[in-house]
Amino acid sequence: MAKFVLKRLLGSAVMLFLLITISFFMIKLIPGSPFTSEKMQAGSKQAIYAYYGLDKPVYEQYFLYLKNLLRGDLGVSYKIRSVTVNEVIAKSFPYSLDLGLKAIIVAIVGGLALGIISAYKRGKAIDAFTMILATIGVAVPSFVVGFFIQYLFAVKLRWLPVAQYTSFAHTILPTFALSLSMLATIAKYSRASMIEVIYSDFVKTADAKGLSKMRIIMRHQLRNALLPIVTLLGPMIAMVITGTFVVENVFAIPGLGRYYVTSITNLDYTMIMGLTIFFALFLVIMNLLVDVVYILIDPRIKLS
Amino acid sequence: MRQLEGELDFTLVGAREGEASQILRPHLSYFQDARTRFKANKVAMASLFVLLAFALMTIAGPLLVPYNYQDGDLLQANKGPDLQHWFGTDELGRDLWARIWIGGRVSMAIGVLAAVLQGVVGIIMGSVSGFVGGKTDLVIMKVVDFLMAFPYLVWVTLLMLVTGSGLVPMILALTLTGWLTMARIVRGQILTLKNEDYVVAAQSLGALSRRIILKHMIPNTMGVIIVTMTFAIPAAIFSEAFLSFIGIGMKAPMTSWGLLVSMGMKQLYNYPLRLLIPCICISLTMLSLQIIGDGLRDALDPKLRR
Repeated sequence: MAKFVLKRLLGSAVMLFLLITISFFMIKLIPGSPFTSEKMQAGSKQAIYAYYGLDKPVYEQYFLYLKNLLRGDLGVSYKIRSVTVNEVIAKSFPYSLDLGLKAIIVAIVGGLALGIISAYKRGKAIDAFTMILATIGVAVPSFVVGFFIQYLFAVKLRWLPVAQYTSFAHTILPTFALSLSMLATIAKYSRASMIEVIYSDFVKTADAKGLSKMRIIMRHQLRNALLPIVTLLGPMIAMVITGTFVVENVFAIPGLGRYYVTSITNLDYTMIMGLTIFFALFLVIMNLLVDVVYILIDPRIKLS
Repeated sequence: MRQLEGELDFTLVGAREGEASQILRPHLSYFQDARTRFKANKVAMASLFVLLAFALMTIAGPLLVPYNYQDGDLLQANKGPDLQHWFGTDELGRDLWARIWIGGRVSMAIGVLAAVLQGVVGIIMGSVSGFVGGKTDLVIMKVVDFLMAFPYLVWVTLLMLVTGSGLVPMILALTLTGWLTMARIVRGQILTLKNEDYVVAAQSLGALSRRIILKHMIPNTMGVIIVTMTFAIPAAIFSEAFLSFIGIGMKAPMTSWGLLVSMGMKQLYNYPLRLLIPCICISLTMLSLQIIGDGLRDALDPKLRR
């Protein structure tokens, strides 16, 4: 186990390093400098270039950047005066984390419930509902879902606040908008794996042994049906990250996703780069955790 | 058993000549059969009609009105739908009907072109990986793993920052980042098919490689390729909308469904219709493509063939 984790850790570190290198040089390829649009005197422009180290050769800038990264310093924003990328992350990541966690929990609980119920009630109304929801949830973009529920529940019906992220009531609509596509995916997969499990031999055996229905569901069906869902967790975390870019903008939540989009609009290269690295690091760690969890809960996987 | 045989008097009926080998149903080729099965799928057929209607409108829609998508009349700005402007006008007095369908043309072109190009690159990389094997396979698959480790929208965003916004850069960026799934699928198909019993049987019966590739490899892979491409179209349409939404996709005065959504978003409270119409267009197009993809997957699955 320790060997597996170490190997994965090493692989992830290499991937992160490659990502950092590629994105650094890609951003250097962008024509113009972040200060081209600003009107300033020649002298002050030089001073600013020297301040940000932009007057040095690119490879020196690269090693400087790597050195700073190793100390955990993601650099300063080129556009927002005297703000570091680390400060932005510290301030806005909690919002995104809260939203993301809520969305994942809603997606797992709701998706599993729908998937399991519709597997048992195959061909009934609830099953049809799940399948329709699964198709819509996968196909309809999150911003459409976001705008729709925002307009319906906040603007027209006035049941919930339109935007911002200050109380629990504020979190309901964005959580739903972010979780719908994941919920749909989980419902679809858990329905399929549950149907497979219900008709499997070991469930028939358990039934023949005279085990209680509850025990069969809990011990034999759920445990096996849940396994494929764990593999969905990795892609889901990636979905949450890209989902927050959109949903935080629709609901004006001051999270990291919104900052990322703002920094793209502002062409704030250091911010784009710093946030990309942060997202990548977060994703890599989460994927590693998911893999470890998967090995722990699936007795069939033996590491060799 | 011997005893029974002795006691009972059996007469051997025997096989009647010709009956066993008689062909009862007309021979259907793989694609003929798939077409019949797709046609039987009512939801998928309905989706196909919805999609065709949208495609037709993106071609013919702008021709139905005397306005073009980029010239506005400021005296006619911010009008609601009426007989002159069927979807109303925007803040510069541009006719929204024309803008919606021209935007649809752009979105659909991006979707189809990106999906096809992704498919071509993916098929080439996947089949090279699968057929050549060895070090080539290792390198290609490492690249795929690396690119797949991070959300592809992050890659597209980085690429779009370098290339700048516009139609060609976007299709290029989507192609460069979107071929991974197809490559993996094609490689997987080739590796499994190589060892399938019927391929081994054909080989041992002396079939030429050409015959094996034409009769077994291609029909068995074609289905998966078509289905993957169908699903890639809505994904590319979504990417266009996403990129235009965050401001690095298409740029005004050009239009696209994604751009119309991001414009409409700023006027949600006063003019909800401006957001609603492009949202409905994107959603219905993506939904119908998704359902068509599901239908095609069932229709083209050789295992479900009767």
